[in-house]
Amino acid sequence: MSEPVLEIRNLNVAYGLGDQAVRAVRDVNLTLHRGEVLGLAGESGSGKSTLAYGLTRLLPPPGVITGGEVIYHPDGGEAYDVLALSDAALRRFRWNETAIVFQGAMNSLNPVHKISTQLTDVLKAHDPRMSEHSRNARAREMLKLVGISPDRMDAYPHQLSGGMRQRVMIGMALILQPQVVIMDEPTTALDVVMQRQILGQLIELRERLGFSVIFITHDLSLLVEFSNRIAIMYGGRIVEEAPAAAIYRDALHPYSAGLLGSFPALRGPRRELTGIPGSPPDLKGMPTGCSFHPRCPKAFDPCAGNIPVLGRPGTPDGATRSVACWLHPTAQPVGR
Amino acid sequence: MKYFLQRLAFYLFTAWAAVTLNFFIPRMIPGDPVQSLVTKYQGQLSSQAIEALYVLFGLDKDANIWQEYVAYWKQLFSGDLGLSFTFFPTPVSEIISSSLPWTLLLVGITTVISFFLGTGLGILAGWRRGSWTDGLLPVTTFLSSVPYFWLGIIAIYLLTGPDSFFPSSGGFDSGLVPAWDQYFIPSAIQHSLLPALTILISSVSGWILSMRNMMVTVASEDYITVAHAKGLTDRRVAMSYAARNALLPNVSGFALSLGFIVGGTLLVEIVFSYPGVGFQLFQALGASDYPLMQGIFLIITISVLVANLLADIAYLLLDPRTRKEG
Repeated sequence: MSEPVLEIRNLNVAYGLGDQAVRAVRDVNLTLHRGEVLGLAGESGSGKSTLAYGLTRLLPPPGVITGGEVIYHPDGGEAYDVLALSDAALRRFRWNETAIVFQGAMNSLNPVHKISTQLTDVLKAHDPRMSEHSRNARAREMLKLVGISPDRMDAYPHQLSGGMRQRVMIGMALILQPQVVIMDEPTTALDVVMQRQILGQLIELRERLGFSVIFITHDLSLLVEFSNRIAIMYGGRIVEEAPAAAIYRDALHPYSAGLLGSFPALRGPRRELTGIPGSPPDLKGMPTGCSFHPRCPKAFDPCAGNIPVLGRPGTPDGATRSVACWLHPTAQPVGR
Repeated sequence: MKYFLQRLAFYLFTAWAAVTLNFFIPRMIPGDPVQSLVTKYQGQLSSQAIEALYVLFGLDKDANIWQEYVAYWKQLFSGDLGLSFTFFPTPVSEIISSSLPWTLLLVGITTVISFFLGTGLGILAGWRRGSWTDGLLPVTTFLSSVPYFWLGIIAIYLLTGPDSFFPSSGGFDSGLVPAWDQYFIPSAIQHSLLPALTILISSVSGWILSMRNMMVTVASEDYITVAHAKGLTDRRVAMSYAARNALLPNVSGFALSLGFIVGGTLLVEIVFSYPGVGFQLFQALGASDYPLMQGIFLIITISVLVANLLADIAYLLLDPRTRKEG
């Protein structure tokens, strides 16, 4: 496995303070390696977007990071903790090292500014010495890269279709050649054909430019196809993390298995779609023990009492994956 | 361009309707100017004198209302607003042009100051939501719900008096003649301070509130988060992304309030006996002075329409979504 580019260690994020706080992300440990696509899946409210906002320090109030570290390894430089950066250093870090493509393809662009303005103001903010001519040339180049004719530079967002807008956002994300691109449900607002087209293009760009991707979605079928590794979140915790093929072939956590059982396979024998009974947990009043146990078909004695730790399972491929489930008790916890 | 012409046609139509109403409404008010003069002189006028007054005011011709209407339009196009009854035989245009500068300067300057001050404070309060600026909100809500004239009355009651710096009425010292000299101008400024403050205090809060609320709404938009994520400075995000978008409703509000400058603060001018258009209109009403009333209404109507047109143009320039292609 290649070297890490982003390491999340024991990250905790809560909305609100004190007793009223809702803990949306709990003790998350996750490592993103150079050049890989890491998928992050889970139901609504599982904390996947909060995790993304937390590690870039973009949490809207009243969200606060209550603990943990986010270690960033710049290309050929000294690693540092993103959460400890000063405001000025954080501004330099943002977009230069990690760019984000957001959920709302429609609302990510400011309606009153031209595309060109929104593309070039990043360049202006990060490299004030760059000439206007080269800024425009760079913006034009990025549009071409994502398959939009550069003569749309002077268009306003409302003159573009949803797919084009999301492509502009992807072009914008890559304009400073970041090491990490976080995609927060980038294609949810688009139709299936457009989804596929845009993701295909992104993967192709990744191979060419060599950045790493954290791909957040609730659509596990997309992840199985497009990502190298998949992490499954439930109730603010990571419950399973494994290579995409391994999760697809045999998911160890009953929740992952449930997610996989809720969409049809393209090939292979027909099987019944099962889904997961019940509904996601209330983050304010989490069940004791494993938060999934009230919905888990395989729950047994220890599940209600103790929280299982994310660790290497005893399976043959145990060295490459981790799971937090009492069915697979671990000797080697991840992190800590 | 087509859009612009459409708007222009619409405004021309509105202007026609307004002028027509402007012609009819004073004629529907019971009483006529001669009657009001008769009451003024408490029956000391002989019937011959009354007859003479009717002839003098041109009310004896028994012309039907349609002929009067046509004659009115002819007059308008030749720039003639008629002669005032109360200040007979001064032309209405002369009376208006002598009172208009007072109103324009007093209300105009305060409106502009109030808009820029209020919008600026609103941006700050909206962007720094949750800080001490939130403490100002109840005060602004209170002030914006207080009517101008009430504030004026309170100000006169509390701040003016025989030895106060603030005069309680008029636009300048009664011993002075209007002129651009070192005696008149300071006096005019001194007289305008209290009405100006009254208008400013009660109108600035409206701008603060609306701007702050728009800022708060816009601040939760996705493109603001994107702007932060892009690593732009807080100042740039606040001005170029949040305030730029939040400003739109306030700009159209501002253009509209420019239209109300001319006629707007009638009550303040009455309270302070300020020699502006509003005060003039009040006097014209009391004296059934049709020509003067019509003249003032006409000026107010036209300025409101022009302001509306300006608001349309401003919106066209500021919001690309309102522009049509081609």
